[in-house]
Parts: sequence; structure tokens; C-alpha cells
Amino acid sequence: MASPLKCDLCSKPATVHLTQIVNNKIHKVDLCEACAQAKGVTDPSGFSLSDLLLKASLNPEAASETMRCEHCGFTQNDFKKHGRFGCPHCYETFSAMLEPMLDNMHKGTVHTGKVPQKALERKNLHDRLTQLEVSLDDAIKSERYEDAARYRDEINQVKQAFGAKLAR
Amino acid sequence: MTIASLIATPSELTDTASSKCAIVLMTRIRLARNLAGNPFPGWAREGQRGVVFETCREALAATPQMKRGLNVAIDELSDLEKQILVERHLISRELSGAKSAAGVVISRDQTLSVMINEEDHLRIQVLRAGFQLKKTWNAINDLDSALENVLDYAFSPSLGYLTACPTNLGTGMRASAMMHLPALVISNQMEKVVRAVNQLGMVVRGLFGEGSDASGSIFQISNQTTLGESEEEIIKRLGSVLNSIIEHEQNARAKLMESDAAKIYDKIGRAYGILQHSHLLSSGEAMNLLSLLRLGIDLGLFPDESRSVIDRLFIEAQPGHIQHASQHDLETNQRDILRAERLRAEFAAFAKPDFSRNSQN
Repeated sequence: MASPLKCDLCSKPATVHLTQIVNNKIHKVDLCEACAQAKGVTDPSGFSLSDLLLKASLNPEAASETMRCEHCGFTQNDFKKHGRFGCPHCYETFSAMLEPMLDNMHKGTVHTGKVPQKALERKNLHDRLTQLEVSLDDAIKSERYEDAARYRDEINQVKQAFGAKLAR
Repeated sequence: MTIASLIATPSELTDTASSKCAIVLMTRIRLARNLAGNPFPGWAREGQRGVVFETCREALAATPQMKRGLNVAIDELSDLEKQILVERHLISRELSGAKSAAGVVISRDQTLSVMINEEDHLRIQVLRAGFQLKKTWNAINDLDSALENVLDYAFSPSLGYLTACPTNLGTGMRASAMMHLPALVISNQMEKVVRAVNQLGMVVRGLFGEGSDASGSIFQISNQTTLGESEEEIIKRLGSVLNSIIEHEQNARAKLMESDAAKIYDKIGRAYGILQHSHLLSSGEAMNLLSLLRLGIDLGLFPDESRSVIDRLFIEAQPGHIQHASQHDLETNQRDILRAERLRAEFAAFAKPDFSRNSQN
């Protein structure tokens, strides 16, 4: 027989095995008696599976090496404490930890709803301009004046086309 | 608009002009949004929060929807003013406990409110009386798009709108309906309903959200998940769950009337008597009595027009509103005296129940 299941929260042998079906998806948790009691699993009304799963995926053993978000200094341990992230960039930093969590938490793992089209256009444009300006600088420094002229024209074009949007 | 004039003006929920209907008291949708490149409010330093607060305030003030609305920092409001906004569902308890660099912008008609620096940089909310998921969605979608013109939202093509808590990722949307379900409560079916609704990926809460009790047999039902489905799909799914709850409530009412009409009439008649003659009323008891009268209206014992009176009193009988009406600091006991006085006055002019009309719907 396979080795006995470990508790998702504290790694003691699990004796409580819970399966819940939400949104046609099966969620399973294995817990030891003490954790099951502490989390109120035995009380069907006051028990939040998503909350539990959130914490289960943060098993202290897995979190031993501390990752840190380079943008805001947020660590995996901070997430364990607060259950919230530090900044939008944390979603990239902690993506490996996040993925299994999302599957349990949501109906799907990929966004299919509204997209902030204008904000994204603005961002793309901004990125493009920054890129062109760098290229322009480079071209001037290395005395490639024909290239520089081309970049300058392109910058002007982009600025004009989206002039109104860049106003802010 | 100042906070004083906002409080003095009827809100969407208390205004007699807005449409009131049986079972669904109001529809509400909120969107969680954050600004790219800025730490979330719970992790940001004071100065960073201040910058986000000012940016969002300005962006909101410039939208046509918020023209001549209320635009305040939370520390400009007294505890009582905050409580009144909570009772009107315009701000959350969490925001009312925030220190500084947080605030709220509320439209003149009090159907739109945007909290700044609550759990997320922006919590956009639209609230409408009755069962109006589509209209509510359209209104909030418009306001969100208007803001997107000037604010750079934190967004990932695969994860959607990025929120402080991963449970709100994706659409960042929570759509909910406030439902009045007295017959399901009286016939002890609520637990069963809660379980069934949970299995469909929806959540049931009390009147004031997470952790609040369901006094007055009023429940808030909303979507649990936000990622993997579009806004329209979530709303459609919620709509069909709500419709089936409405059907269950109606069946429960029909059954109660069939098997034990005297018991229901007795409850409603007594509630009417207490509202007309009591001298001490806690807000919990008042909610329960008003709830029974609303059931009476749905059963045809009182005229339909009186429904808006009840819906207004659901809000005006809350502690903050009673306190505000008195202009003095009150102890709980004094508040209960005033609440009873207030309701005696309201119900002195209220139509008498007509138990001879046996209409059922």
C-alpha cells in the first residue's frame, strides 16, 4: 500500500478526507484530526474550503526558501500571513506557487472576460515609444544618421497617431 | 455635494420613485481594480497610498457619472457619517475602519460608489433597487470604461485584472442580489438552500456581507469565483440561480398559506400591532417585524405601494440612521425608544391589513 496521506496543513498523518464539489469541480483535502477540528471542517455551515485550500497550498515546508518580489519586497511568508499580495508584479514573482491554488479557487485559470483595451493600447504605445527613443539615442551615438532620421520620423508618427491618448 | 446633503437625500434604496419588487430587494455589482506599478493598499506605504488616492479621486471627479457627487477622504467623516454610509451599502465596514489616504466617491443619486484604497485601489460599485442584473452591469461597465481612459489598470492577459487577493482575479467582479426569503426561513429550508447554492459556485451571506447575520430574513447571494468565466457568463449563471431561489421561496409561501395560513396571518398581524404600539424596539426586532410586513404586502394583505415604505424603513431603522435623526448622542436603550417612536409614527398612517383578500402570489 502507498504511504499514508499527509495532512495538507501540518504534514501529520491525515485521517480526515474531504471532497467537495463546487462548480462541477472536485476539490480534495486531507487533514489530520487536530487541523480538521481547528479549521471547523466538522461544522458544515461555517467552513470555507477556498480559504483552507489557500492555506494548504502554503505548506510551510514548501515555503522554506523565501522568495521576494523585486518590485515591492513582498515575500511568500507575507502572503501566508495576509492572504493577499503586495503589488500587481507579485503575480509574476509567485506564479509557481499561485498556479495550483487558482485551479482550486476558480472555475478556470485563464481570464476570458473584459479587457481594458484602451489602457493596453496606451501601454503598448508607451513601450513602443520608449523603444524607439532608445534606438534613436543609439543611432545618434554611433553616428548612423540615416537610421536616426528614420526613428525620429517613426516617433513623430506614433505620437501623432495617438496624440490625444498621450495627452495625460 | 456634501456628506450632510447626501445623508438628507433619499438613496436608491429609500426613494419611493425607484422600482421595488417582491423577493429581490436590490441588485449590486462591484469591480475590483488596481493601478499598474503601484503596491496594493494593504502593503503600500502611506505616501504611495496618498498618490494613488489623489490620482483616483481626480479621475473619478472627471467622469460624467460622478458630476456633482460626493468626493471625500475617510478621515473627513465622523463615525456616525461612516456608519450611515455603511447602512446604505455605499461603503464597506473595512473602509470605514481605514486610517488615511482612503476615501469614497459617490454619485448624486447614490447608485454609484467607488471606494479608494480599500482592499484594492478601486472598488467600483453600482447598486439598484429590484432585480436588475443587466442594467446594473451596463452601468458599472460604462463607469469602468470611462476610468480606463485615464487610469492604467493592472492587467494580465492570462489572469485578467490583478487584485490584492487572488480570489478576486480575472473579472474582479462580484455580482449580488439582496433577497428577502421569509418563507424559506419559516419553513427551515434555508440551510438546504445555502448548501445547494454553494454547490453551484455561489455564496450566501447576511445583509451586511461577510460575517453579518441574516436579520429580517434578508440574504445576499453572489458569485464565488471570478476567473475563467466572462462577466456576462457569471451574470447569466447568477441570474438563473436567483430565479430558482425565487421559485423556491414562492413555493414555500404557497405551501405555508395552504397548510397554515392562520399561523402566517397571525405573525403578520402581530408584527403590525407591535410596529404600531411598541415603545422599545431593537434594530434586530424591527428588521424582523418589517420583514413580516413585506411578506404581507407580497401576499396582498397591504397595498403594493407600501412596499417602498418598508424598504425605506429597513435602512432608516438601522442604528446610525436613528442616531442621526435624533441629533444627540444616544445610548442603545434610548435608541430603541426613539426607533419605536419613529415606527409608531410611520405605522399610524399605514394601511390596515386586509385578511379577507385571499390572493396568493
